[in-house]
Amino acid sequence: MFAYIVRRLLYAIPILIGVNLLTFLLFFVVTSPDDMAVSQLGDKYVTPEAIEAWKEKNGYDLPLFINNEASGVERISETIFFTKSVRLFVFDFGRSESGRDITTDVSTRMWPSLAVALPTFAIGIWVNICVALLVVMFHATRLDRWVVFTFVALMSISYLFYIIGGQYLVAKTWKLVPISGFHAEGQVWRFLILPVLVGVVAGIGSGARWYRTLFLEEAGQDYVRTARAKGASELRILFRHILPNALIPILTGVVVLVPSLFMGSLLIEAFFGIPGLGSYMLDAIKSQDFAIVRSMVFIGSVLYILGLILTDISYTWADPRVRLS
Amino acid sequence: MKPLILWSDALIFLLVAVLIVFFLRLRRDPQIRARWGEVFGSRLGMATFTIIAVYVLVALLDSLHFRRALEPVEGAAHTTSEVFYDNRVTSVLDLMLGGMGQRFERTYSAPFALYSFEKQNMKDAQGRDYRDFPRLKHAGQHLEHTDDKWPDILARSLWSLLPGLLLCIVLIGPQWLALRHSSLPWRASWWVQGCVICLWVWLVAISRHYHVLGTDLGGADVAYQSIKGIRTGVLLGTLATLVMLPIAVTLGVLAGYFKGWVDDVVQYLYTTLSSIPGILLIAASVLLFQVYIDLNPDFFAIGMEKADARFLALCFILGVTSWSSLCRLIRAETLKISQLGYVQAAHAFGVSHTRILSRHVLPNVVHIILITFVLEFSSLVLAEAVLSYIGVGIDPSMGSWGNMINGARGELSREPAIWWTLSGAFFFMFVLVLAANLFADLVRDAFDPRSATGAGRRA
Repeated sequence: MFAYIVRRLLYAIPILIGVNLLTFLLFFVVTSPDDMAVSQLGDKYVTPEAIEAWKEKNGYDLPLFINNEASGVERISETIFFTKSVRLFVFDFGRSESGRDITTDVSTRMWPSLAVALPTFAIGIWVNICVALLVVMFHATRLDRWVVFTFVALMSISYLFYIIGGQYLVAKTWKLVPISGFHAEGQVWRFLILPVLVGVVAGIGSGARWYRTLFLEEAGQDYVRTARAKGASELRILFRHILPNALIPILTGVVVLVPSLFMGSLLIEAFFGIPGLGSYMLDAIKSQDFAIVRSMVFIGSVLYILGLILTDISYTWADPRVRLS
Repeated sequence: MKPLILWSDALIFLLVAVLIVFFLRLRRDPQIRARWGEVFGSRLGMATFTIIAVYVLVALLDSLHFRRALEPVEGAAHTTSEVFYDNRVTSVLDLMLGGMGQRFERTYSAPFALYSFEKQNMKDAQGRDYRDFPRLKHAGQHLEHTDDKWPDILARSLWSLLPGLLLCIVLIGPQWLALRHSSLPWRASWWVQGCVICLWVWLVAISRHYHVLGTDLGGADVAYQSIKGIRTGVLLGTLATLVMLPIAVTLGVLAGYFKGWVDDVVQYLYTTLSSIPGILLIAASVLLFQVYIDLNPDFFAIGMEKADARFLALCFILGVTSWSSLCRLIRAETLKISQLGYVQAAHAFGVSHTRILSRHVLPNVVHIILITFVLEFSSLVLAEAVLSYIGVGIDPSMGSWGNMINGARGELSREPAIWWTLSGAFFFMFVLVLAANLFADLVRDAFDPRSATGAGRRA
């Protein structure tokens, strides 16, 4: 198991290099270090000297990928790509193009993101399982068909409408909570209720529908028929036989998402004005701050790979037949 | 009148042709025929397919573009016989809507309203200034008293039923004569068709005198804009999926069949791609194309062509960035299939790799491709709205539901709230995505051997 995890972590290195390479390629096809300098220094009256000074200060005065003036290993190492990527691997994100320390930004903005994403995730799973169980109880009735239809209808509504509708109804019309905003002190929960509610409701359609199929798959198994033949009550079958077994695919399916919770939700944070990592990324895209984009992509990839490893581990944990090799 | 073929126009017609050929080829296989029979044997399948077909038809009609010839300027010397063309592009759909897109107001107005939403400085008969809600230019001008509005609308609605029903008889009648003894539930389809035709006639008739869904900030008719959004949505969903399919299928099948280093490379590619947060990848690529378009303005004669190029780029990007999940599925399935007896037997007989892949492996992953195609379609239509919000979506000059939502999302906080733009986009988008999702469910139930809900399946 330990050897497996170590190997998976080593596999992550080429993937992360690839991710970085792709980020660099995409970004520098669009702009050049000179453009970045101009946009950071302000558009008007920028002298060539000022551009050179900015590039030197921020480490953009090297060639992009291959340094033809150097020799040996330095042909690769004395480049923007190498110097900027290597530091990411030891989680040193440096400063953003506008001069802010990215590590501090990330560590302060992580908490609002988590404060929204974690309850949404946990409550969402709980609600979905409850709804799915309820539907399974009424399996193969007219009610079941209508509920499944409702699930599909809920899935067909754009996320934007959930947010806009939630803000309009709960915050504007009923005035129960503030429309948007976030204060670290005092009544944080008042700002969290609506984003979490919207996130949970928006997820019910696809989530509960998926869990319903998982429950039904288990309900068709032989051990369920045996239990029924032995005279176990339907409730007992549902909660003692079907639920624990169906939790395995549910667990292994959602575990991949757990690390990504740190990244927060882009849309929710943008609409509700939550100063988390999602809105951080959105702002960085809009202002073309490459240092932040690069760091966020890197963090995102690391968390994703972590999620994949966790998924594999959770398989062995939930199902003893699976051995990692 | 001068026809104008945009790249996306050519592509959508090509696409529909390819889909029809594909469909006809698949029909030859008796097993696949039985499966399709299962999909279309249900009333729901028939109805949802009809709705999707209506959307596609509207998109096709909206893709027949042309530029109107401009009237020669009065007083200009008639020395040249050259004709100048309008820079605005019109489509056959615009003609069918009866000039709905040309009735502009000054700014917002509510559905069926007679007065503008905002007050304006005006002069009364004696020339004194006052401030009030001005009458709309294209709504209810024929009314003598504003109290007559609702009776008038009711009367016009009832009158529009007559041509609507006539059109229904003309269009559905022949279908009924030809297909009334068919075992398929065509009746569901006819109901949907009838409703759509009647609604269409009603909309065209009423919108000559009212704005059915009001007008937006620029005074454009919201109902018209929502209908124009259909082409963008349908095209984006299909084009992006069609870009994705060949990449995913080729790589997935190759990885699963050859294993070894090919498998390693493909796995590396899709893990790398899927570990980058999708929105960043899309945003960066769209910006990239935007820079390219801005640097080469000579390629595009009119603004519409520029918007079209950006739109195609977006489809391409969405396709290229979203192939990893399908690729993973197909790889796993191919791994399974290539272990099976008949593939092993083909190997033993010395059948070439290409032949094994095309005859034995590919036909057995078709169901995955089919299911993904329909599912991906609806998620792409939804994704467009989100991308437009972030500012990397469709060009604002090209109508789309995403742009409509983006333009109107702040206006709900007004007093009274401006809800009609959002509702228009919501309704048209919801119907399309819902129909596609329901249809996808049926297709999956019929084609996926593992589907848990495939109850009435013939073995």
